[in-house]
Amino acid sequence: MFKKIIVILITTFTLVANVHAGSDGELVLKKNEPSKIKDCSETFNKASFALNQGLDKIIFKPVSSVYRVLPSPVKTGVSNSLNNLSNVVTIPNNILQGEFALAGLNTGRFLINTTVGVLGLIDVATYLGFNEYIKEDYGQSLAVAGVGPGCYLVLPVLGPSTMRDTVASLTNFVGGDAWYNVTVRNDTHYFSDVDYYSSKVTGGVDFRAKNFDSIENLEKNSLDFYASVKSLYLQDRQQRILNSKKIIETQDDSDWEEIETQ
Amino acid sequence: MKKLLIFLILFVSTSSYSISIEPDVFVQSTVNRASKLLGENISKEKKIEKLKLIAKDTVDIKGIGFYTLGVKRKSLNDDEKERYSELFEEYFLKSFASRLAEYTNPEINVINKEKINNNYTIVNSVLKATSERPEINIDWRIYTKKPDNPLIRDLIIEGLSLARTQKEEFASVLNSNENNIEALFLVLKEFSDN
Repeated sequence: MFKKIIVILITTFTLVANVHAGSDGELVLKKNEPSKIKDCSETFNKASFALNQGLDKIIFKPVSSVYRVLPSPVKTGVSNSLNNLSNVVTIPNNILQGEFALAGLNTGRFLINTTVGVLGLIDVATYLGFNEYIKEDYGQSLAVAGVGPGCYLVLPVLGPSTMRDTVASLTNFVGGDAWYNVTVRNDTHYFSDVDYYSSKVTGGVDFRAKNFDSIENLEKNSLDFYASVKSLYLQDRQQRILNSKKIIETQDDSDWEEIETQ
Repeated sequence: MKKLLIFLILFVSTSSYSISIEPDVFVQSTVNRASKLLGENISKEKKIEKLKLIAKDTVDIKGIGFYTLGVKRKSLNDDEKERYSELFEEYFLKSFASRLAEYTNPEINVINKEKINNNYTIVNSVLKATSERPEINIDWRIYTKKPDNPLIRDLIIEGLSLARTQKEEFASVLNSNENNIEALFLVLKEFSDN
């Protein structure tokens, strides 16, 4: 038994070390460049996109239009609570990405907000001066490890993704998401499946409500809405992987440099 | 005579000197202009017309148009380039103005700027939160080749570039029409006419 543990520890250590040897920022940037990600199953993706648009029209849009007029404290509470819950996936991914100090910080944030912040409804940690919270997932950890995104994928109901991120998200269902473990996977008598699925649906509604006008505007003014959503999703994903919102680091200037109009 | 000569030299030297405008000041004044207009009690159509004038003054529409076209711009002849520029300008102004006209009195504050090189400065700003949406970070890519006439080339909302999105959108239209520029012309015209 002891021997087994040693072998697992050594293997894990070697894998993590290799991962960091290969995770060069520029390489990660290039691999996740939106214009280089192929749309291998475009026909399927477009059908899926159409289905999601239909679902949005009949479910998400009407629900989020009601949700967005709720009092601000209610919406902030829901948003805080969902963010707090996502820590249970962020923290293991901080560790997988070698960000041990951040993992410690997010654990502190989770404990404070769950207890003092009444199940995460109040973001006490931010009031106490904790850094801005950045969500992480298993897809981002694979990307940081140097795994390319593969093809672009639009999943029915769930929306845009990539092959890498879809495969990585399966980790949530085999023990990688503590919230899934205590609600769906194990019978804890405290939570049920409904708690898990309703938190996911609420997350979708919260996102839709926050971006209500932007999505409407984009749809109305796009020449090709499918292509716009794909571009925005992949740009956002690239920024999340690099944990950066700075366009200077992520946008190739060479294309602009050729254009001289003055 | 000597006095006159000095005066003439001074006049010539000052008249050829152009005043450079700081990119952050340029963005804040542009935003204030648009914001003031959006707060006016006039019809949406009039707002759109006035917003188009502001865009013509402050945005490098031609530059954005060619950037948006990607590598395809290299294979266009002069006539096609001219036609494209005209169609793109109509499309851009309509899309830009109708997007902005939806907002009433948006409050945008410039907070920082970062010079990339002599041609570009990124100006960082924040769109203040309302009860319906959270605070939004907006960065502006300012083309500063002529420091006395800076122009907007891109808006980067929460790290997402609008010019880049539009470029990929145009590429998609071209890809699904065997890279035929006439197909893009048609789509642009249909958008502007509707």
